[in-house]
Amino acid sequence: MAQPTSSVATPPGREDVPGEPLVVLSKVNKHFGALHVLRDIDLTVHRGEVVVVIGPSGSGKSTLCRAINRLETIDSGTITIDGAPLPAEGKALARLRADVGMVFQSFNLFAHKTVLQNVTLGPIKAKGMKKADAEAAAMRLLERVGVADQSGKLPAQLSGGQQQRVAIARALAMQPKVMLFDEPTSALDPEMINEVLDVMVSLAREGMTMVVVTHEMGFARKAAHRVVFMDGGQIVEEAGPEEFFTAPRSDRAKDFLSKILTH
Amino acid sequence: MNVIFDNIPAYLTGFLMTLKLSLVSGILALICGLFLAAFRVSPLTPLRALATTYVELLRNTPLTIVFFFLVFVAPQFGILAPLGFWTAVIALSAYTAAFVCEAVRSGINSVQFGQAEAARAIGLTFGQSLSLVILPQAVRTVIPPLINVFIALAKNTSVAAGFATVELMASGRRLATANPADTVWVLVGVALFYLAITIPAGILAGVVERKVAFAR
Ligand SMILES: Nc1ncnc2c1ncn2[C@@H]1O[C@H](COP(=O)(O)OP(=O)(O)O)[C@@H](O)[C@H]1O
Ligand SMILES: [Mg+2]
Repeated sequence: MAQPTSSVATPPGREDVPGEPLVVLSKVNKHFGALHVLRDIDLTVHRGEVVVVIGPSGSGKSTLCRAINRLETIDSGTITIDGAPLPAEGKALARLRADVGMVFQSFNLFAHKTVLQNVTLGPIKAKGMKKADAEAAAMRLLERVGVADQSGKLPAQLSGGQQQRVAIARALAMQPKVMLFDEPTSALDPEMINEVLDVMVSLAREGMTMVVVTHEMGFARKAAHRVVFMDGGQIVEEAGPEEFFTAPRSDRAKDFLSKILTH
Repeated sequence: MNVIFDNIPAYLTGFLMTLKLSLVSGILALICGLFLAAFRVSPLTPLRALATTYVELLRNTPLTIVFFFLVFVAPQFGILAPLGFWTAVIALSAYTAAFVCEAVRSGINSVQFGQAEAARAIGLTFGQSLSLVILPQAVRTVIPPLINVFIALAKNTSVAAGFATVELMASGRRLATANPADTVWVLVGVALFYLAITIPAGILAGVVERKVAFAR
């Protein structure tokens, strides 16, 4: 099996060429007790690149995402963002997290705050932005993800699709260098999946650097430069989306694709 | 029964001292307990260990021993003047803070874990996540047990009587000595004054609990 090449200058798939390395994981290992969840992960995400991470449940995709903004610590290896290694706890880590947007499967909007407050909290408290400026910026973002008319409501009053779009706006409000999405549509009713994917596709088109854990092949084909297939804590295969979905090289990827395609 | 009405001023003096002890100790215990709870969920292991040790120690020590320690042991190390209002306040709030901590911590644990993760993910510090996202959502769950902690505190102030603070219990004891024939009535009077603090607090707890039930 071909070793994944993490320094591809022009990943196959999309025509545009991503820039220099932005997120670099090198020999990353992580255990949960006896369970080895990340095994020698090498992965480079370039500026402007969209990487889709795919793989069976329990293969370590979420852990990978969470390690990138240090919601999960790693046992060995290094992770750098824009050349700087991840800081330990404290203010420096908080600043780094502000540069890395994260969208969760279960939205995790702040339940006691309105939609608008959800989006302005980070800019006001973590970036020290003036309330009026933060609100104006937040309204533009809410407009962009199509939920501006819900800005005064509490998250519980919104549909799942709307909540996830607010969560995307909340992450974008910090003007992150890279956005991480951990199965952003898998908690949604089918009819709401596309409204979220559409927002993500347009974000990708605007040049946002994105790491997206998803099984949505349509999204991968439209927006991804590269598909990374994980199994058992390892990156087993990397390829352009078309190549990966039509002609996977590894048996594990073939096996996995046959399962999700028959569903 | 008349012994109660005849000695209202003495009761009131004691009652006011009890009230003052309860309020001052309650406020201090609340502040210390909040910090202890923050330490107990902090990402820093030494802080967690410190708070856990403190809470387990104080929670499992009889309050009288805490008083004894402050009044008889601490002065030998040059700490504090023995006896008096502030000694009682320190003993009561040190003891009560452990219980406040546990009430607040259980409230913090009742808030979905994803809320803290999302707060950290947008770049809030630990303190900001706690004060802006977690605690406001924990308040509902925390207030009813917290009121019970304060009711216990109001009753616990009676221990200070043994250490030269003339609060309600101590006033009662003096009245009983002066009116040996009416000891029972004197004590009924003492109990009534304690109830004047604890019953309203209990009613408040009930109201809050019902409000919380609706809000869910
Ligand atoms: N906090 C945790 N403690 C222990 N085991 C965990 C924890 N989080 C995840 N795991 C385990 O690690 C493995 C990888 O999990 P995860 O990264 O969530 O996989 P995926 O997102 O690909 O489904 C799974 O076997 C999971 O049970
Ligand atoms: Mg997962």
